[in-house]
Amino acid sequence: MPRLTSRVDPGSAQFRANHAHQLGLLERLDEQLRLAVAGGGERYVARHRLRGRLTVRERVELLVDPDSPFLELSTLAAWGTPFTVGASVFTGIGVVCGVECVVIGHDPTVRGGAMNPYSLRKTLRALEIARLNRLPVVNLVESGGADLPTQLDLFVPAGRIFHELTELSAMAIPTVALVFGNSTAGGAYVPGMCDYSVLVAEQAKVFLGGPPLVKMATGEEADDEALGGADMHTRVSGLGDHFAVDEHDAIRIGRAIFARLNWRKLGPPPGRAVDPEYDPDEILGILPPDPKVPFDPREVLARTVDGSEFDEYKPRYGTSLVTGWGRVHGFPVGVLANHRGVLFSEEARKAAEFILLANQTDTPLVFLQNTTGYMVGTEYEQGGIIKDGAKMINAVTNSAVPHVTINMASSFGAGNYGMSGRAYDPRLMFAWPGAKLAVMGAAQLAGVLSIVGRASAAAQGKPFDTEADRARAAAVQAQIETESDAFAVTARLYDDGIVDPRDTRTVLGLALSAVASNAVAGRRGFGVFRM
Amino acid sequence: MIRKILVANRGEIAARVFRTAHDLGIATVAVFSDADADLPYVALADEAVRLPGAAPADTYLRADLLIAAARATGADTVHPGYGFLSENAEFAADCAAAGLTFVGPTPDAIASMGSKTRAKALMEAAGVPVLPGVTVEPDVDLATAAARIGFPVLVKAAFGGGGRGMRIVSAPEKLAEAVDSARREAASAFGDGTVFLERYVVDPRHVEVQILGDTHGNVVALFERDCSIQRRYQKIVEECPSPVVDDALRAELSAAAVAAGKAIGYIGAGTVEFVMDDVGSFWFLEVNTRLQVEHPVTELVTGLDLVEQQLRIAEGAPLPDAVTEARIEGHAIEVRLYAETVTREGDGPAVYLPATGTVQRFAIPAGPGLRVDAGVADGSVVGPHYDPMLAKVIAHGATRADAARRLARALRGARIHGVTTNRDLLVAILDDADFLAGRSVRLAPLVRSAAVDPLRAAAAALAESATHRGSASVLSTLPTGWRNVAAHPQRVAYTAGEQPVEVAYRFGRRGVAVEVDGTPLAVTAVSVTPECVVLESAGVRRAFDVHQTEHVVFVDDAAGSAALTRVPRFPDPDAVGHAGSLLAPMPGSVVRVAAQVGAAVVAGQALVVLEAMKMEHTVAAPVDGVLSAVHVTPGDQVESGQPLAVVEVPE
Repeated sequence: MPRLTSRVDPGSAQFRANHAHQLGLLERLDEQLRLAVAGGGERYVARHRLRGRLTVRERVELLVDPDSPFLELSTLAAWGTPFTVGASVFTGIGVVCGVECVVIGHDPTVRGGAMNPYSLRKTLRALEIARLNRLPVVNLVESGGADLPTQLDLFVPAGRIFHELTELSAMAIPTVALVFGNSTAGGAYVPGMCDYSVLVAEQAKVFLGGPPLVKMATGEEADDEALGGADMHTRVSGLGDHFAVDEHDAIRIGRAIFARLNWRKLGPPPGRAVDPEYDPDEILGILPPDPKVPFDPREVLARTVDGSEFDEYKPRYGTSLVTGWGRVHGFPVGVLANHRGVLFSEEARKAAEFILLANQTDTPLVFLQNTTGYMVGTEYEQGGIIKDGAKMINAVTNSAVPHVTINMASSFGAGNYGMSGRAYDPRLMFAWPGAKLAVMGAAQLAGVLSIVGRASAAAQGKPFDTEADRARAAAVQAQIETESDAFAVTARLYDDGIVDPRDTRTVLGLALSAVASNAVAGRRGFGVFRM
Repeated sequence: MIRKILVANRGEIAARVFRTAHDLGIATVAVFSDADADLPYVALADEAVRLPGAAPADTYLRADLLIAAARATGADTVHPGYGFLSENAEFAADCAAAGLTFVGPTPDAIASMGSKTRAKALMEAAGVPVLPGVTVEPDVDLATAAARIGFPVLVKAAFGGGGRGMRIVSAPEKLAEAVDSARREAASAFGDGTVFLERYVVDPRHVEVQILGDTHGNVVALFERDCSIQRRYQKIVEECPSPVVDDALRAELSAAAVAAGKAIGYIGAGTVEFVMDDVGSFWFLEVNTRLQVEHPVTELVTGLDLVEQQLRIAEGAPLPDAVTEARIEGHAIEVRLYAETVTREGDGPAVYLPATGTVQRFAIPAGPGLRVDAGVADGSVVGPHYDPMLAKVIAHGATRADAARRLARALRGARIHGVTTNRDLLVAILDDADFLAGRSVRLAPLVRSAAVDPLRAAAAALAESATHRGSASVLSTLPTGWRNVAAHPQRVAYTAGEQPVEVAYRFGRRGVAVEVDGTPLAVTAVSVTPECVVLESAGVRRAFDVHQTEHVVFVDDAAGSAALTRVPRFPDPDAVGHAGSLLAPMPGSVVRVAAQVGAAVVAGQALVVLEAMKMEHTVAAPVDGVLSAVHVTPGDQVESGQPLAVVEVPE
């Protein structure tokens, strides 16, 4: 197998400067992650503990297999919004009794675990990941229900949660609810819709209406335990399958359920994994601080793929896009990685062919984005860039093998679509902390608006206020700059999280293993078009 | 000529005798109780006969069954080992009556040494020094008697024990008062005020002489053994020669021992025990008419096989030149590895409790001059029925210091998993400056704290992490415990004895960060596998061997060991002990239950009395309350941790 040779000099000043810049970005990321981990803050966490309860992350740590890896998703959901970073819910992919699964846990220290529109999107994304990849789901339930002031944006789409849960069940994807506390009104349907439910004694409250609502509705005087306690539900209503004496017991039972799932993954198991020849930590020294400066993605691949072995496809054609075959943690992959930003017709056709080939061999695809989009200009339009871009987007859309996408630095314009952006259903999608994503670069967008404005004024014979235009352009540029930032993108669930570039190999390995829970099969029907 | 020998014993001594018998071409027969069926000595013998039951009285003390076993297998000879029936004159006589050769002295010789007073009188008559003493009769002049005995004098009740009515008198002017008060105390305690005076030996050393006597009237002394280091009146360290015996004294001791042997017409291997004071005066204590536990030290310095000599004597051969001209070559030290927990509260005395369990691993490194006489192997069960000695480890060296150093290293390198042992105490003795200088050794200060070395706890947790990763069915090649969002480290809880230990660790880009009980360790993990963890601390690398069993992780390194019992992540809700439950502190048998169910009890009140290894242990009420349940009846065998009774506190 051909082995990639790195040309990076880790002793160079440029390397060290790049490295330092990335560490700055990572510090900014860590700061925000710490906020998400802090949940509702010290005071609420202390109050929660005082009630003898575990935090959601403690519950997860107990649930997953000792020493197994865990990939948390959408950690910075709701970043930059009035809602708490993390959006009052925890989601991720982990291993329980040897079974890879999606974990969804309310954070009861954030407004009692109440659900806001971001929590909803985060929960639905986790359920979608479970459905697409055939991953069993564990719900760690303790939520006061809907954050009522946000009901307009919440109520209608929230019904989808129960739809997803029961659809998973219909697909024979197991769902488990471990109920640690409130699970009321709509929330009561979570244990109601799951295949298995475990209720914690004297903590779980699973009812449609609590004592005040019942009193208002029917005049009946009833207490929490009679309406929805663990004892009642496991002996009388039968909603609960298991009575857990405490939180540890509930998690123990949850693990016991997983141990009996008789779970078999449908995708192929990995081959032997070999570490790369180069240190993944050096990726930080490869990335230029200015996203406009391109870098060779082979340097990233040399630090990502098994044994740094990479078989490049069409290395002499469409060189602005690197395509080829390798393995990550033993899983075979086809890689599409932008090299010099712009996608020309050649790159688009090469990509389309490569995607068809991957589907022929049932090989998952990894997209490493660093693109400013498809080339514009007379020559390219006349050369059929739209048709070639359409071929690539067509191939990406109809590709049936799993896609995992990482935005390394930039993802602009239709290049985002062609490189399997969020709208093209990659099974998982991540960004590095310095990555940008927008319809186009902020400066270009502001400039375009300015030119259009000037043209419009001229057409209507109106005077053009250059001063006002400059101010407006600056404001627009600042706004787009902010909105294209990785934090703003991940906050809106446009990816599944920001990851440390040094963890890329680990993230891909975990993702490729998770997607192999479902069958890995390419699209059939046509042969591979030579474009 | 002996053709087939039955060893009426168990464990290491049975194995020891079989080894020599096989070397001599003699067929062997083992006897085994139900508890011992799987011990190595049984498999070592050519044939084995079951003795139904477990209690010694039902098995190894049953002369009739032993003789029947010899008959059933056609054995012509019986070796009694030590303990059990080895010094039972009646058994020796029974063997003879059954036409079996008994490897040991005549029944008469055994009987004559069985009575302490008779033995003392015999020896005094033979000119063997005995402790001077006199009974205080009305006509005895105290001052004269005491002067003849020599100070300090021990005033002792004639019919008593347990230290009552006992006084140590260091000067003549205090004698009369001491005798009076001892009399009063003895009279009130035992109903008889008779007391006697005896020489009190300060800081005594226990020195014994190995003798061999043949059927031709020869008795030879094979030098002394020093067995001064004892716990609970049992020897734990023995050596030859004694560090305090010079050639002249050795000659005196040997002469006295030969005289003692000849006085009773001794045949076979025996030991004459003496008590010796700090200036080398010695007095007869007793004769053990059998092979001693500690015989290997004599074997190593003389090059003789004492069991072989026993068998040849039993065959009627005269003592060979090798015996009569034996010399001491170098120095040998033996330690007895016991299954026991050794603890000490503060500055208090050392406490020794027998331990039981399954020996998960038993390995003592081989080396020049090292000998291991073991009664157990991997998988052996150490039960409560018999002496809990696991093995004897003996080292021979050119000098005493060489032997001590070799032995200490062998013990440090030993892998003994599954039962607690006195190994650390033995190592501490061998390292002790007083011991190395040949002075008397105080054991209590050598008992180490039960604290677990944090590095060992860390090694256990990391080795377990390697096991988890190695056995993972998915994501097994990803970094251990990887998190993209760091919130909590991996946590593992253990108990070491009673002491809880918690290890928290996180593998990161710069290796693993470990905390033990909340304190970060300044270590880097050089390598981590399920069997071995190498940690580097302050530039020094230490390798920790790790043995993971179902519930316990054993960690051994050059400096010591730890047995860490996992605390399950999820306690079994059914297994949570009833509050107020009284648990057996050790394995043993229930002697009596001291209160009725339903009775009101007060804190400290004795409720259940257990007997373990000839000692009684009282389990008392922890609080005032009502005895709501008793789970045992007298005679029950209980395991350590087994619930005995429940005391409930009325609301």
